Amino acid sequence: MKHLAALVAAVAATFTAGAGICRAADGDPVHGAQIYQRCLACHSLEHNRSGPRHCGLFGRSAASLPDFDYSRAMKASGFTWDEATLDRFLENPLKTVPGTKMAYAGVKKPQERADLIAYLKKATLDPEVCK
Amino acid sequence: MSILTPQAVPATPLVAPVRRSFLSGLGKFTLSATAIALLAGQERLALVGSAEAKTPNNDVAILNAALGAEQEAIAAYQVGANSGLLQKPVLALAVQFQGHHKEHAAALAATVKKLGGTPVEAKKTYTFPVEKLKTQADVLGFAAELEKGAVSAYLGAVPILDDRDLAKVAASILGDEAMHWAVLRNALGQNPVPTAFLS
Repeated sequence: MKHLAALVAAVAATFTAGAGICRAADGDPVHGAQIYQRCLACHSLEHNRSGPRHCGLFGRSAASLPDFDYSRAMKASGFTWDEATLDRFLENPLKTVPGTKMAYAGVKKPQERADLIAYLKKATLDPEVCK
Repeated sequence: MSILTPQAVPATPLVAPVRRSFLSGLGKFTLSATAIALLAGQERLALVGSAEAKTPNNDVAILNAALGAEQEAIAAYQVGANSGLLQKPVLALAVQFQGHHKEHAAALAATVKKLGGTPVEAKKTYTFPVEKLKTQADVLGFAAELEKGAVSAYLGAVPILDDRDLAKVAASILGDEAMHWAVLRNALGQNPVPTAFLS
């Protein structure tokens, strides 16, 4: 019985720790806005630049803006942009989509990616910017 | 919003002459595969060796991405120069910084060619948020934003360039653009160097 109690306690502790990890992965859009400054040499929310615009990003198929010249690799990626695909791509763009024009080492820290994605989720739907 | 056309953004009128003679003579140099050239007594630009150098296509893609951003920066500074919002000392500074970006772009394009790649062309049109640029401070803030982004872009490029000499040159450009950022922030009355580390 003691063993069972210990097991239950261990499982409970594991779930608690897991919940903590989930909370840590929740993004902070305010910090994400600061991280987005790293992107501004090539991207903006509302205009295509060296990279495609971000307004309307979530739920959009990769390489689907008609007025942007994507790499063949991105066209073939089959991605639809959501939290998971963005997290994967932003961690290491060149490894995730070899041949992408986004020649950038990536956002390596999971929390920074979470923050950036949280910012993008809000900002790319901002009606004042994304008209 | 304003769409810039090649007519709206002439190639050079407000820009200090860019010394390109070092490029015209590229073929005359004999360099080791990944040599850094220090030309005219100044750190100028990277020259890499022949296309069969060890540098893989990955580096060409990275350099082309940087080239695209530099071309856009050149166009953005032209917007600032043409805006009529920049007073004389600031205008001269903007033109100087644009000249640096032109030198970066020329060096990157030459390097891509040397590696057997095709340099990306400047876009025929660029779209900038001109409607938000009402004052000199707006223009400086926009430029500072681009320069900070450029610093981050080079920070993201340096560690993934396979050729360490190319990485060194990319870091050199990064340093120049960080100085631009600091000067622009200072002109805006902001702390020019707000952090010990950049990201």
